[in-house]
Amino acid sequence: MHALIQGVILGILTGGVYALMASGQTLIFGIMKVINLAQGAMVILAAYLAYQLFVSFGVDPFLAIPVTTVLMFAVGFGVQVAFLRPLRREDKVELSLLVTFAVALLIEGVLSVIWKTTHRGINTGYANDSWTLFGYQITVVRFWAFALSLVALGLLGSLLGRTRFGRAIRATVQNPDSALLLGVDAQRIAALGFGLGAATAAAAGSVYGLLYPFNSGSHYDLISRLLSIVVLGGLGSVGGAVVAAVIVSTSSAVVASTVSPAWSEMTYFVILILVLLVRPQGLFGTVGRGAI
Amino acid sequence: MSAAKGSAFFAALVTLPLLGLAHWVLNLLVFVLIAAVLSSAWNLVGGFAGYPSLGHAAFFGIGAYALGSVYRHQPHVANGYEPFLWLPLVGLLGALVGAPIAAVAMRTRADVFAIVTITFLFVVQTLAFNVRGITGGAQGMALPIAPFPADGYEAPFYYVLVALLAVVMALTFATMRSKVGLALGSVRADEDKARGVGVPVTGVKVLAFAVSVGLTAMVGAVWAYYQTFIYPQFAVDPLITISMVLMTFLGGRATLWGPILGAGILETGQQYLAYRLGGSQFYLIAYALLFLLIMLVLPRGIVPTIAERLSRRRRRAVTT
Repeated sequence: MHALIQGVILGILTGGVYALMASGQTLIFGIMKVINLAQGAMVILAAYLAYQLFVSFGVDPFLAIPVTTVLMFAVGFGVQVAFLRPLRREDKVELSLLVTFAVALLIEGVLSVIWKTTHRGINTGYANDSWTLFGYQITVVRFWAFALSLVALGLLGSLLGRTRFGRAIRATVQNPDSALLLGVDAQRIAALGFGLGAATAAAAGSVYGLLYPFNSGSHYDLISRLLSIVVLGGLGSVGGAVVAAVIVSTSSAVVASTVSPAWSEMTYFVILILVLLVRPQGLFGTVGRGAI
Repeated sequence: MSAAKGSAFFAALVTLPLLGLAHWVLNLLVFVLIAAVLSSAWNLVGGFAGYPSLGHAAFFGIGAYALGSVYRHQPHVANGYEPFLWLPLVGLLGALVGAPIAAVAMRTRADVFAIVTITFLFVVQTLAFNVRGITGGAQGMALPIAPFPADGYEAPFYYVLVALLAVVMALTFATMRSKVGLALGSVRADEDKARGVGVPVTGVKVLAFAVSVGLTAMVGAVWAYYQTFIYPQFAVDPLITISMVLMTFLGGRATLWGPILGAGILETGQQYLAYRLGGSQFYLIAYALLFLLIMLVLPRGIVPTIAERLSRRRRRAVTT
């Protein structure tokens, strides 16, 4: 029982971080109908940026986020303009998948040339502190990571819900053709949206670097996690991704703490298959029309 | 025309090792053949049906570990050809694992299919590392060393791969000429419409996937036997998937010769790069950049582009 509850606590706290990563991915899908297989690689890239800022200038990874957010936004924007925009319309879905996978490999290659393949970790002074609540351990880093993710998700939510730019994005998600007719510049929204999705990877990367040791190949671990989250939540639904992230990481943490860590990876795949069998559109997805 | 081209191609392949080539050339040819069979197999589902699988490397690994498990406690085999006799069963295993996954993953759209297959790839990779009882984990797994004479060590592997290439090319040819191929083409063009007019959409998709991953598993087994020692990071490697996709795209999707041409060009280049750059990470960058370049500049591939040029020229010759 103790292991189970500890697993649930861990799952919820970790879920917040994955929610942030997955929200960017599902947002990109919502706007462009592109599954960004490079989302994990972008998180790792951001983790390296935070690592370097910490090592070279002693910047705390939480404080580095504004800087890395801007950089990651530029990366996402650049990827969309350089590689996705020129694709021909007739096989865009198929090709864009492969292009984002190639971008993931490109990022991995660049990272391993610059930082080699040894595992890195961001060891702040508070890295090993933890609180004990009713006999359950909560590490300080995880708690702040969770809190930060909530703040970032809140900012993303109000950007989408309350600004003109957010309204243009939501219009594009719901009906790209009508949005175009009403004067939304689809190309611009796509590039900005991709940038925004990549920007969510910045905060997630800082947190990831604090929580886990990582190397250039770590994005492979993230790909399957993020994909099962966005499918469970419903492709294109940011709210769904948040709920799904908590469900997925809680169940995998419970499997890890009660069965064996070796099989926790399998949880993602089982969840993915179950969702596709029972409810292919995901928890909050709609059939045909997009919604955020 | 095509039959003559095919027999000339295979006659050349069969006679090549008789020319007394150096070991490194034969070794290179073995890897080119592995790549050619793999990408032709990928083409069956990724090219003809338009369902881009990103998980084929998992089946490559399943095949490698399946053959490894057969010879688990056997460091030597008396008859070096014996492991090849297991290939049909390995292929069947791959197809049996693949079919239910395809049946679930292909219910919805091509992007969900890609998600499921890539997730499957990473699950299998993690399992290969963690289920030590079967795979030996990170320590790797040994296969028996083939008792072939050192002089012609590569030749048996070479000929088995030529046979597999003949099988996959025959299947591709049959696909292009049969109702199955027509059905797959209609799936790629407009799946809903195809279903509407009564094409057994699900059946042909799952069939194409099962055959494709079965062949992939067989190549994995041959590769494992050739390597004699396998590690999870090489047996279940996302780069295997990506090179299958890349070779097919470079040569031309849904064509008979495209994947083989792509494999010939890229595998040779890849071996050269690995030799020159010593398997460093620059190699990953070069590969990814080449991939992006092909997608952007030559998305239809070499074979269709040349075929179109030729037919345009022929038409012009007829009109003048």
